[in-house]
Amino acid sequence: MPAPAQRRIVFRHIDEPGYTSDLACYVRHGGYEMLKKAVGMPPPAIVDEVKRSGLRGRGGAGFPCGVKWTLLDRKSGKPIYLIVNADESEPGTFKDRSIIHQDPHQLIEAMMISSWANNVKQAYIYIRGEFPQGARILERAIAEARAANFCGPNILGTNYGCEVYVHRGAGAYICGEETGLIESLEGKRPYPRIKPPYFPAVLGLYQCPTIVNNVETLCHVKHILEIGGDAFALIGAPNNTGTRILCVSGHVRKPGSYEFEVGKITLGELLNDVCGGPLPGRKFKAVIPGGSSAKVLKFGETFTLKNKDGSTRTLTVEDIPMDFDTMAACGTMGGSGGVIVMDDSVNMVEALANINAFYAHESCGQCTPCREGSLWMKKITARMVHGTARAGDGALLKSVADQIAGRTICAFGEACAWPAQSFVQKFGDEFKAYPETKKAAKPAGALELV
Amino acid sequence: MIAPPKPDLITVNVDGREIAVPKGTNVIEAARLVGVDVPHYCYHPKLSVSGNCRMCLIEIGMPAVDPVSRTPFPVAASGMPRINWMPRPQIGCATNVAPGMHIRTNSPLIKDCREGVMEFLLINHPLDCPICDQAGECKLQEQSTGYGRGYSRFIEQKNVKPKRTPLGPRVTLDDERCILCSRCIRFCKEIVKDDVLGFTDRGSYSTLSCFPGRALANNYSLNTVDICPVGALTSTDFRFKMRVWFLKQTNSIDAESSVGANTVVWSREGVIYRITPRRNDEVNDTWLPDSARELYKAIHASDRLVAVKVNGTDSALEFAVGAATGLFRSSAGAIAVVGSGRSSVEEQFLTRKLADALEAPTHLVSRVGQGDEILISADRNPNVRGALVVGLIQALPKTRVAGDATPSSRLTNGDVGVAAPVRTGGLTELAAQIDAGRIKAVVSLGEDLAAAGLTATQLAKISIVYLGTHANATSAVAKVAVPTLTVFEKSGTFVNQQFRLQKFSRAVPGPVGATDDLVVLAKLVAAATGTKIADEIGPLWSVLATEVPALRTVTVANLPATGLLLDGTPWAVLPFAEGATLHYKPAAEPAAAGALKS
Amino acid sequence: MKLKPETLRRIDEVIPHYPVKRSAVLPVLHLVQEDAGCISPEATEWVAQKLDLQPINVYEIVTFYPMFRQQPIGRRHVKVCRTLSCALMGGYKACEAFEQEFNTHRGATSLDGEVTIEFVECLASCGTAPVVMIDDELHERVDAAKAKALSDQIKQEAAQRR
Repeated sequence: MPAPAQRRIVFRHIDEPGYTSDLACYVRHGGYEMLKKAVGMPPPAIVDEVKRSGLRGRGGAGFPCGVKWTLLDRKSGKPIYLIVNADESEPGTFKDRSIIHQDPHQLIEAMMISSWANNVKQAYIYIRGEFPQGARILERAIAEARAANFCGPNILGTNYGCEVYVHRGAGAYICGEETGLIESLEGKRPYPRIKPPYFPAVLGLYQCPTIVNNVETLCHVKHILEIGGDAFALIGAPNNTGTRILCVSGHVRKPGSYEFEVGKITLGELLNDVCGGPLPGRKFKAVIPGGSSAKVLKFGETFTLKNKDGSTRTLTVEDIPMDFDTMAACGTMGGSGGVIVMDDSVNMVEALANINAFYAHESCGQCTPCREGSLWMKKITARMVHGTARAGDGALLKSVADQIAGRTICAFGEACAWPAQSFVQKFGDEFKAYPETKKAAKPAGALELV
Repeated sequence: MIAPPKPDLITVNVDGREIAVPKGTNVIEAARLVGVDVPHYCYHPKLSVSGNCRMCLIEIGMPAVDPVSRTPFPVAASGMPRINWMPRPQIGCATNVAPGMHIRTNSPLIKDCREGVMEFLLINHPLDCPICDQAGECKLQEQSTGYGRGYSRFIEQKNVKPKRTPLGPRVTLDDERCILCSRCIRFCKEIVKDDVLGFTDRGSYSTLSCFPGRALANNYSLNTVDICPVGALTSTDFRFKMRVWFLKQTNSIDAESSVGANTVVWSREGVIYRITPRRNDEVNDTWLPDSARELYKAIHASDRLVAVKVNGTDSALEFAVGAATGLFRSSAGAIAVVGSGRSSVEEQFLTRKLADALEAPTHLVSRVGQGDEILISADRNPNVRGALVVGLIQALPKTRVAGDATPSSRLTNGDVGVAAPVRTGGLTELAAQIDAGRIKAVVSLGEDLAAAGLTATQLAKISIVYLGTHANATSAVAKVAVPTLTVFEKSGTFVNQQFRLQKFSRAVPGPVGATDDLVVLAKLVAAATGTKIADEIGPLWSVLATEVPALRTVTVANLPATGLLLDGTPWAVLPFAEGATLHYKPAAEPAAAGALKS
Repeated sequence: MKLKPETLRRIDEVIPHYPVKRSAVLPVLHLVQEDAGCISPEATEWVAQKLDLQPINVYEIVTFYPMFRQQPIGRRHVKVCRTLSCALMGGYKACEAFEQEFNTHRGATSLDGEVTIEFVECLASCGTAPVVMIDDELHERVDAAKAKALSDQIKQEAAQRR
């Protein structure tokens, strides 16, 4: 059975020959029509459409967007802010770059619709520092849109105004965490805030109610308005609605970003049919399905899941649909949609060493378990690879990770703990054998991961 | 006395024990009320909540509620409501109690959480407690007993950070010991409003630091040492001088202004090693100015008076009292008494007794400077209100006008480290009477009459009886000079700007040759009146309670450690010098002050 | 502190983008670094004063973010992605290739001051791994041959400038 075809909604014009990032091209393709429609609607009606759409956040946590908007404190009398989280920084994820570089007006239109819907007068795009060109493209697009009254002081003659500014980060994964992002935008060290009490919907930017949405999530709002929340909810699977962009990297023949209805394609179909399968002469060994913090899946393992009627079904890794709920039921997560594939050339100790180095570098250092634990795990795996490995190191790694997850201020604790926990759990033999593995001479040109 | 409003009480359950606590209490404080210690590092009751150490993780549960009727689900067997426990542990410091909340602080999960945090805090921390200055009062040491592993699983290289960094004139930082709790940063920002500390770099390499070239130099810098839970911030003055467990702690009062910050004096074998704040939520919270911590150094100053002098010659106390008595007789009707706002309530009372017996007018030296709006008030006398309460004075001493300021002499009891000049005065009337020849003898209770504005010519016209701790222009020319004790060497009470009666106790003995002010005063009073009067705190207070209306119901033995608020309304109209400080707001505009201005 | 008039103009333009001045720390630091090449202690104090902050407030930020530097770097900035997806496709080899080409090592600048090589975390272009950013421009699928070609180009441009 051939893999289902892509359903490109957000990515409709990405990589389309002749499609450019300027306003004229966007308008030629029907751009800003949905903003025109939106300003003719009462704002609560738009919030309602988004709620009915079942849209879940594409940044990693999968929190329902409409609920997020509903939680907004609209009675405080304080201004409401919208922040676009374009700090795309979960390793393995590379969708925002395409949207920002190739279709910036889609994002701006979606922002303005969302701003109208939530009475936002001031919006920021927090873009990661490593996207200097993206920031310039967005700034140009905002200027164009402003000149055409699609944003700025008087949007489409409504007297409603909303300014948009681009705010560049400077190289910090933690700014992808929404309260860390808010602190960064306030000009402070991006230490995530404690929740409670600092839920952005109530006490966000400058202690005002704030919406923080991922780029892809927000773009969907435009399309929800186009087809209606109910119609959107029919796309994908129940509770896993719409389409989502899956970014595949690592050891496949055709890596890249692909947009599918949520849950309508399995991991196997994605990797084998869409991405062309493993590299010549290689076999898939492991896959991280939702950005590098998601728990790794081992090819060959199976998952027995409960059906609604009480019966059970058994899935292989290849059978898992690319959605939020089944992924969670299989002990991992859809996360940010970043699928990282590792084949049989990879030693899992070294792969974890690479991941640990990332998280140790990116821990903000605010709270104890993550600050100390992430660097400790990095030191352990670095020693295993470059110094003396001990058979018990795997168990130690797992134990350290267990002392982090669930005990930190933000989800970074899980992000740095889950790889260690799952790598050791599923590839424990490789960790035990690593002292011996190391003794064997590495073949010339062997993969270096750390 | 007005009873404080009853707080809204709610009932919560801590480890199976029900307890009523005020609304808005966090879990750490709620647990404290039932004697349950929730260990913590970053939480401090007087600072904003940061939630970074993760040591105070606890389990939280709420009674299950029927979604329709909103009534609790009872569990059939026990009839008790079922508790829905939150899947993740929560930090106690940032969790405010809610009605019906269940809190578990002793579950296996919580023990595991604490052990995990302890291990993490120690992996990069130097394990050299024997040579650490914090030993004995280190929270890491303390919690290691309960939650330490006993051996280390960490075989990697520890992070290397700066050691022995002078952060400012009084504080030394060891960054390797720092656990990044941010208490010191929050203190500087929130309490002193001097944002000089911060973290540089990130992750486990984060480092506490000042901006290069800047210093932690404010007059509250040593509070960062007090609140540092580990050996990172240490007092440059105190570090490595003494092990804290050898030190005796004595409650005292900061005598440098009318705030009356509560202190603990740490001494060993008659030597004071340091002074730290003592918590009083109504006065100084947990803070103390740096300047207050240096005051004890005056004890061993080279100009300390240790010999009784009569006419400039070494003498003995009995001779001195005799000489004074003779002087009182010869100058009868032309004697004035200069009392002190630095004397204790008891001393002021005896001073008044003496003045009464001699039928002498009383004066008080005023000492007014700039308040710092925190814990140093404009009135640098700790006990002007005491003088009012015991009736030593009826009105406030007049302050010298600004232009007339003379830099105060090196002070025996206060003003250390406070940059703004303090104007000492209040003796204009006395000066005029000396000039007119109406006053021929003056008794001074430790006050330097020259510094307070009398000229050399005026001093030459009078015979002086001086009771004091340190040499100055007045003691030099005194006919009778009796060395007495500093606040650290005697016991007594002060009445602070809030009219709060607070007790200080003797921490160390005075030097040989010095006598307790009360003893000297009692002898003088006895000589002047012919009747003995008590010269010890206890018996003296029976007299105070009968003779001083404001103290009628007070017994000094039962005085709470945090003091007792007296009724200050009889003096509410006086134009006191103080502006707002922590926990003190001056009366809007005293009626009398307005009258004086016009 | 000597900043170009254009930089000063852009700084004054960006500050009112925020209701609270402090928010402009990141954009102002970016502008200062673009102009001056790095952020000196003097620049940190200047930014603090500009935004009504204490120098430590700005210093905390400068030292937190890896993209801000306190020392000048080479004329060209080669940032090779180190993170997993790129490493799986040869990121370490790409980095070593640049190190060899410019006879220096990661985190350091070539002796002629031309090139600084940095081994950075994820550049978010994992699908075209391994990737390298040279100054502001992203280069994809940088294998040994492409690393050589890019290095040659840098060398050529350097030679032309001389």
